[in-house]
Amino acid sequence: MKTSSLDRLRNGLVLLLVLTGLWQVLYWCVGDVALRSPLETFGYTAYLLGSARFWPNLVETAQAFGLALVISVVMGLAIGFTLGLSRIANAVFEPVLVSSYAIPKITLYPILLLMFGLGMSAKVAFGVIHGVIPIALFTTDAVRHIRPVFLKTGRTMGLSPLEMAWRILLPAAMPEIFAGLRVGFSLTLIGTLLGEMFASQRGIGYLLMNAIGLHNVDLIMSLTFMLTLFAGAASVILLAINRRMQQRT
Amino acid sequence: MSPAGRPQVSLRQVEKVFTPPGRKGASVQALGPLDLELFNGEFFAVVGPSGCGKTTLLELVAGLSVATSGDVEFEGRPIAGKILQGVGVVFQEDASFPWLTVTDNIGFGLGKLRLSAEERRDRVESALAMMGLTAFAHSYPAQLSGGMRQRVCIARTLVMQPRLILLDEPFGALDQQTRLLMGDELLNLWRKTGATVFLITHALDEAAMLADRIGVMSARPGCIIDVVETGWPKDRDSRIVQEDRFGTITARLWRSLRAESMRAIGYQGVKA
Ligand SMILES: Nc1ncnc2c1ncn2[C@@H]1O[C@H](COP(=O)(O)OP(=O)(O)OP(=O)(O)O)[C@@H](O)[C@H]1O
Ligand SMILES: [Mg+2]
Repeated sequence: MKTSSLDRLRNGLVLLLVLTGLWQVLYWCVGDVALRSPLETFGYTAYLLGSARFWPNLVETAQAFGLALVISVVMGLAIGFTLGLSRIANAVFEPVLVSSYAIPKITLYPILLLMFGLGMSAKVAFGVIHGVIPIALFTTDAVRHIRPVFLKTGRTMGLSPLEMAWRILLPAAMPEIFAGLRVGFSLTLIGTLLGEMFASQRGIGYLLMNAIGLHNVDLIMSLTFMLTLFAGAASVILLAINRRMQQRT
Repeated sequence: MSPAGRPQVSLRQVEKVFTPPGRKGASVQALGPLDLELFNGEFFAVVGPSGCGKTTLLELVAGLSVATSGDVEFEGRPIAGKILQGVGVVFQEDASFPWLTVTDNIGFGLGKLRLSAEERRDRVESALAMMGLTAFAHSYPAQLSGGMRQRVCIARTLVMQPRLILLDEPFGALDQQTRLLMGDELLNLWRKTGATVFLITHALDEAAMLADRIGVMSARPGCIIDVVETGWPKDRDSRIVQEDRFGTITARLWRSLRAESMRAIGYQGVKA
């Protein structure tokens, strides 16, 4: 157990080094017009973290993302459990869900803007429409594939419907639901940022869009670097939890 | 031994027909009409060809499904798809919960009984000991063998102290030696708890060795075509397989079953 997590740490570090190396090589090829070197980027990031204008924007994005994530998870689980448990609801709504998964959500953006206006609620809504569908689909599948004998066991023990959901359905479906949460997490982040990029006066996405407009390569590189780091770290952590869950089944 | 008194479980003219959802396709008569009585404290085994409706019969008695027609009663009360307290079930498939440790699996149902924490712990610990699982108390099912997982399920049912224990081929996945030993364990358990045991098995020798009475089922739709009384003393164990009577009983079971088993697999038989 210990050695394998040490191995994983080592592999991760090697991967980071290789990526940084590739970045440096790419910088040598492309030059200053479109890129900054890793070292310059680290430097600018440090400067940015020390500057006053960065933090309010980060807080804004964190709030939007957090809210969007909570809504996505709650709605996704509710939809997933409903569709997974009810054959009729599933027959009616799953095709809708699957096909809306394939719609490029960006095409819905004008409509959302009209509905919510500029600002927080539009970003949150945009994060949610990205995140909720994978969570719902994974949960539906997870609930539908719970082994019937688990439910029968619960019934012979006299569990109430609520106890059944809490003590059997949820834990039995958890490994697969969690895989959905992982996908939902990153898509909600993408959605929130896209929302900020196209219609907002605050947030990391707005800073990024602004930097593109002003051709501020330092800022673009630094923001992209931080976002990549955040998403990467979150994904590694979620994957580790997921792996631990699956070891038991 | 001829059972006397009022039966604990009684089935009268019970039939079960499965109708596919949406009424597409043919419906399947899985069971009956079937009559059966189980008496307090007896060990009753059921043997029958595969697919004859054994599991269907068990689920009717467990209250997990409702008979299409006929009456099913437990201690004088109709079951009719209700789960009654005092009935414990061990299923054919592995039903241990992979997300719980062995200890938590075994104690799973105890929260529903109003017991002191101490009583709860005592019951779990003695079930762990009885099933030889003490060393694995904190393991997860994925770390256990199939036979051990089935023992976890048996223990989980036992701690509820049911008056009627229904077992659906609980040793189906085990090798022959382990099965004989588990059979001894089951006999012990039956003597200690005084519960009625209803054991479904496809192994004739297992039925002949363990039961007071053995019901033989026909091919689907399953009916009881013969009931064999073994006449074993209460303190028997697997060594009775050496006795002549054991051979006689097994032979009688096979005589009743042979034609049914052939019917069940669509085999025409060798010309006599
Ligand atoms: N839910 C169901 N819907 C339709 N048919 C069913 C259903 N459950 C069982 N059957 C049918 O009823 C018959 C009896 O099934 P059952 O599982 O009771 O047999 P069994 O004697 O337990 O078989 P085995 O020895 O393989 O465990 C089979 O033909 C089966 O296909
Ligand atoms: Mg069966």
